[in-house]
Amino acid sequence: MAFFLTLLALVVSLGLTWRYLGSYMAAVFDGRVHFLGFVERPIYRLLGTSPEQEQTWKRYGAAVIVFSGVSLLFTYAILRLQGWLPLNPQHLGNVGSALSFNTAASFVTNTNWQNYGGETTMSYFSQIGALMVQQFVTPAVGIVVAVVLVRGFARRSSSTVGNFWVDLTRCLFYVLLPIAFAFGIVFVGEGAVMTLAGTATVHDVLNQVTQTIARGPIGFMESIKQLGTNGGGFLNANSATPFENPTGLTNFLSIYLLLSIPFALTYTFGKMVGSVRHGVALLSVMALLFGVWVGFTSFAEHQNNPAVAAAGVHSTVGNTEGKEVRFGDTSSALFAVSSTMTSTGSADAAYDSFTPIGGMGLMTGMMLGEVTPGGTGSGLYTLLIYALIAVFIGGLMIGRTPEYLGKKIQSREVKLAGLAALVMPVVVLIVTAIAVSVAAGRAGPLNAGPHGFSEILYGLTSQGNNNGSAFGGLTGNTPFYNIIGAVDMLLGRFAIMVPVLALGGALAAKNVVPESLGTFRTDNAMFVGLTIGVILIIGGLTFFPAVSLGPIVEQLSHGRFF
Amino acid sequence: MSNVLTPTTADAPHGVAQARGLFDREILAQALSGSVTKLDPRVQARNPVMFVVLVGSLVTLLEAIAHPGIFTWSITVWLILTVLFANFAEAMAEGRGKAQADTLRRMRSETAARRRRDDGHEELVAAANLSRGDTVVCEAGDVIPSDGEIIEGIASVDESAITGESAPVIRESGGDRSAVTGGTKVLSDRIVVRITAERGHTFIDRMINLVEGANRQKTPNEIALTILLAVLTIVFIPVVVTLQPFAAFSGASVSVVVLVSLLVCLIPTTIGALLSAIGIAGMDRLVQRNVLAMSGRAVEAAGDVQVLLLDKTGTITLGNRMAASFLPVQGHNEQEVADVAQLASLADETPEGRSIVVLAKENFGIRERQLEPGHVFVHFTATTRMSGLDVGGRQIRKGAAESVKRWVREQGGTIPSDLDAIVERVSRAGSTPLTVADGADILGVIELKDVVKQGIKAKFEEMRTMGIRTVMITGDNPLTAAAIAQEAGVDDFLAEATPEAKMALIKQEQEGGRLVAMTGDGTNDAPALAQADVGVAMNTGTTAAKEAGNMVDLDSNPTKLIDIVEIGKQLLITRGSLTTFSIANDIAKYFAIIPALFAIKYHQLGALNIMRLHSPQSAVLSAVIFNALVIIALIPLALRGVRFRAANSAAILRRNVWIYGVGGVVVPFVFIKVIDVVLVALHAY
Repeated sequence: MAFFLTLLALVVSLGLTWRYLGSYMAAVFDGRVHFLGFVERPIYRLLGTSPEQEQTWKRYGAAVIVFSGVSLLFTYAILRLQGWLPLNPQHLGNVGSALSFNTAASFVTNTNWQNYGGETTMSYFSQIGALMVQQFVTPAVGIVVAVVLVRGFARRSSSTVGNFWVDLTRCLFYVLLPIAFAFGIVFVGEGAVMTLAGTATVHDVLNQVTQTIARGPIGFMESIKQLGTNGGGFLNANSATPFENPTGLTNFLSIYLLLSIPFALTYTFGKMVGSVRHGVALLSVMALLFGVWVGFTSFAEHQNNPAVAAAGVHSTVGNTEGKEVRFGDTSSALFAVSSTMTSTGSADAAYDSFTPIGGMGLMTGMMLGEVTPGGTGSGLYTLLIYALIAVFIGGLMIGRTPEYLGKKIQSREVKLAGLAALVMPVVVLIVTAIAVSVAAGRAGPLNAGPHGFSEILYGLTSQGNNNGSAFGGLTGNTPFYNIIGAVDMLLGRFAIMVPVLALGGALAAKNVVPESLGTFRTDNAMFVGLTIGVILIIGGLTFFPAVSLGPIVEQLSHGRFF
Repeated sequence: MSNVLTPTTADAPHGVAQARGLFDREILAQALSGSVTKLDPRVQARNPVMFVVLVGSLVTLLEAIAHPGIFTWSITVWLILTVLFANFAEAMAEGRGKAQADTLRRMRSETAARRRRDDGHEELVAAANLSRGDTVVCEAGDVIPSDGEIIEGIASVDESAITGESAPVIRESGGDRSAVTGGTKVLSDRIVVRITAERGHTFIDRMINLVEGANRQKTPNEIALTILLAVLTIVFIPVVVTLQPFAAFSGASVSVVVLVSLLVCLIPTTIGALLSAIGIAGMDRLVQRNVLAMSGRAVEAAGDVQVLLLDKTGTITLGNRMAASFLPVQGHNEQEVADVAQLASLADETPEGRSIVVLAKENFGIRERQLEPGHVFVHFTATTRMSGLDVGGRQIRKGAAESVKRWVREQGGTIPSDLDAIVERVSRAGSTPLTVADGADILGVIELKDVVKQGIKAKFEEMRTMGIRTVMITGDNPLTAAAIAQEAGVDDFLAEATPEAKMALIKQEQEGGRLVAMTGDGTNDAPALAQADVGVAMNTGTTAAKEAGNMVDLDSNPTKLIDIVEIGKQLLITRGSLTTFSIANDIAKYFAIIPALFAIKYHQLGALNIMRLHSPQSAVLSAVIFNALVIIALIPLALRGVRFRAANSAAILRRNVWIYGVGGVVVPFVFIKVIDVVLVALHAY
């Protein structure tokens, strides 16, 4: 019952956010919000740019790459030098090169895959100056790339797509910083730790043990961790610890925050292209798939784990292995699905201990390409890629050159959309194949057989989709996994972003074909169905063989341990 | 002449449009040999999907030679058959064109031409040696050696070789009827023709190239679809290739033959195999309707057209106006008007004149009288704007109201008070009023009506449901135009149309992002034909018009524009539907092959074998056989095109998603199971 009330509260609060945050973001990116003009103007002056200086998609894309490249170097440098930098009360040493590379790639790609325990590896300076900075700017980069694609549909015969520096500044100051700040206060108020003092040492007189308790500036990192679909926690145990996620309210807010922007961007899309109905259609695609996955995984977790059941133990409260008792089975499943389907990757339970098909729910949630609703910005632009493919096939079926929002989808668009759709499955499958083939990769998983395979597949799927959640069991902090994972993440982010930006440019340059009765409707149930079909077919058909060797076999083995 | 509603193709096989059965024996034989010769890797490389199948079949062939076995050989044979079936489909489509090209070639036999030299003497040269600018003389019985324009004389020409229409047509120098086509035959008189076509680039040469698909270029949508199919092929290569290391990690081993089978089953072979056949067949369907598209791009554009510009005369209305009623002024009755009107029209051989005589006879029983020696026919002239008959002292006239009124006043007659009202009423209804006078006495008005073609209104209604706007182009005044537009059910009209106004309308529509189609035949239509996205020139039209348009209608039937739009749509629908079908098939193939793939290591995956296929080997082979046979099964559909019914986009989409999407998921489950049962029954496994 409590679970359904949570769902209801979530639907209502997300619905309001969708409507109002969505239209607010449209206003921000259309340049209609100015209340922080006094902050904006000096920044533009410093960067030598202005909102009037629009860029072509190539200039815009170059700015994205340069900005991300500099971010990568900057983050890497801080981690490598942290031993000599301030705010390091525990005197943690410099981070190793492979791990620094993996971590820098991870935070610059909005993945937040962590091959380290935060409290024992990262100084406060690294956490704030390197990682948290990226937690703010990478969602902004994702959102502005999505905005470029949206402008592609909204503009007519335009050679420019906006100004990266202006969009980025506006996204940070008008959207991410204020919301993260407000919710940061709530998290701290609820009891999330917020201090720059070092670890606390507690001496338990009764048991004669001394405990060292990790602390840090956690509370404010929590809100942007979820809001920006980052997922990288300060502490190793992420949202399962009371220091990051102290109460039922913060648990609810975590789920709410990580879903808010990805869903709301569909309204922004509808508003900017001048048809909210089109935004509703995309929202429906996201929400339907999300709903099915929540239902499926919650149901799976509400059952007994087949392995536990085979041992003769029967639980009446579902699969509680690896779950916080505070949250329980279905709520943990809701958090997990929200986190894996938004490319957030935070966790309030151990995903490794989910039932095989529950774990499959999380893994396949990512394999759909992170579009349901996906990451901040990346969810929308990846979904639009699938939508274009659906439009192309559907448009042919009614005998017209396919068009979406009046923009004709021709060879160039199909080429770019196809390329963008191709990247993720190809990269993930190839790096997984490498990992299972070489000794360094085979050494990674804790378990053997299908479960071990699932651990590797999950880890590299998570990184390739810029999710960052870990299945557990995989020893990632090895040179092999650090480097292959970094490559996986960088390709999974930028090899998709570049064609998306090119697509935005190509579409913006086109004129609009007026709608008629003969036009393929892209704002009705049929379109929603076709787009879902394309997502399931591309995600499903590419990963079905691999998944059948992991979770499916495991589930069908009725509790045999591997 | 123009018959929208009776399909010209089905019941009138003629000319180029030699309607052949879908599986004509001769074409079939050619296609069978074609499917083998097309195995040439250079040909295969043009089609990425089938190229992968070919490479796959070579891999299994090597495997079969190295480790012979019934299973390996069966798979190899069926994979090679898959490639052959695809080649066969293409060869079938081409074969139909080739048969037509051969007919045309025979026609372009080595004709001798009488070239006129500059000094006025004639010399005999081979038609093939004529070049542009030469003048030739053709007399009755001669075959016109090349395309040209008549600069002297008039002749009746038999154009049946090209159009299939056996009735001879009149061609004369000057004006819009001066173009002649090489290969047609002069039946009477003598003409002098200036050759306008370069050697090897005559109309017939172009037709041969076109129907043979010799220099067929992929159309824009076809290119886009090929890219999508390439993407769907590329993505499945790592899916299948990585299965080997995945299986190795799991301690299982997968045979290369099964992996190749899986790959071939997953990549979109069905649409990949039929794609070019669909394109060729689409062009062929146009040719069968006696329309020659100069580029495939134009055919595709026809499917996208949102605005149709249709000439009123000949397209919307029958060519001529017909007398509809006799309206007497005060003091006279209908009978009198009919009687005098008939008398006035006795010698008038125009269709309008004939219709007056006929109406008077049919409605008033007035027998057609013979012209007698005393009768003097007064011809229509641009200055008098009247015609009529002088019988003894009686002067009978019919003509435009103003002219007749002036003429009556000159003779001292009075104008009846209600005449203007009648004339006004007739004009407002979209008809043409002719005033009839007997001497100084005005009797009444003949109403000449434009007769809208039967069934045209329903056709426009269909266009509207497809989201296509129809615009009627006419030289009539706005009043008349509005009335006819309303009667015919067009969406809009352009009255008092000049070539400039037409051009401006096209540009205006195109600036709004719409694609425009139009027909035309005159030289002054040429700029508009060139500007329109789909310009259909009438074969009877001038060379300038034919060169400006991107299609030529050999029947010169402007209504065919509507058919062309439907063919364009059908072409895209066929491609889209078969793509959907092809992708939807993958689901069943997975359920057949995946359990078989790991059967030894993970017998648990047998739970996925929901078709309960007999054995792993029979499962894989059944999927491969299905994959090959479905190509053959769909060839007729690819050649004929998916059935097209005019409807709005939502209805068409719903229908096709059900048939090819949902059907595409279900059908392979059934047939793979059936093939498996047959294989078991044959004791193959």
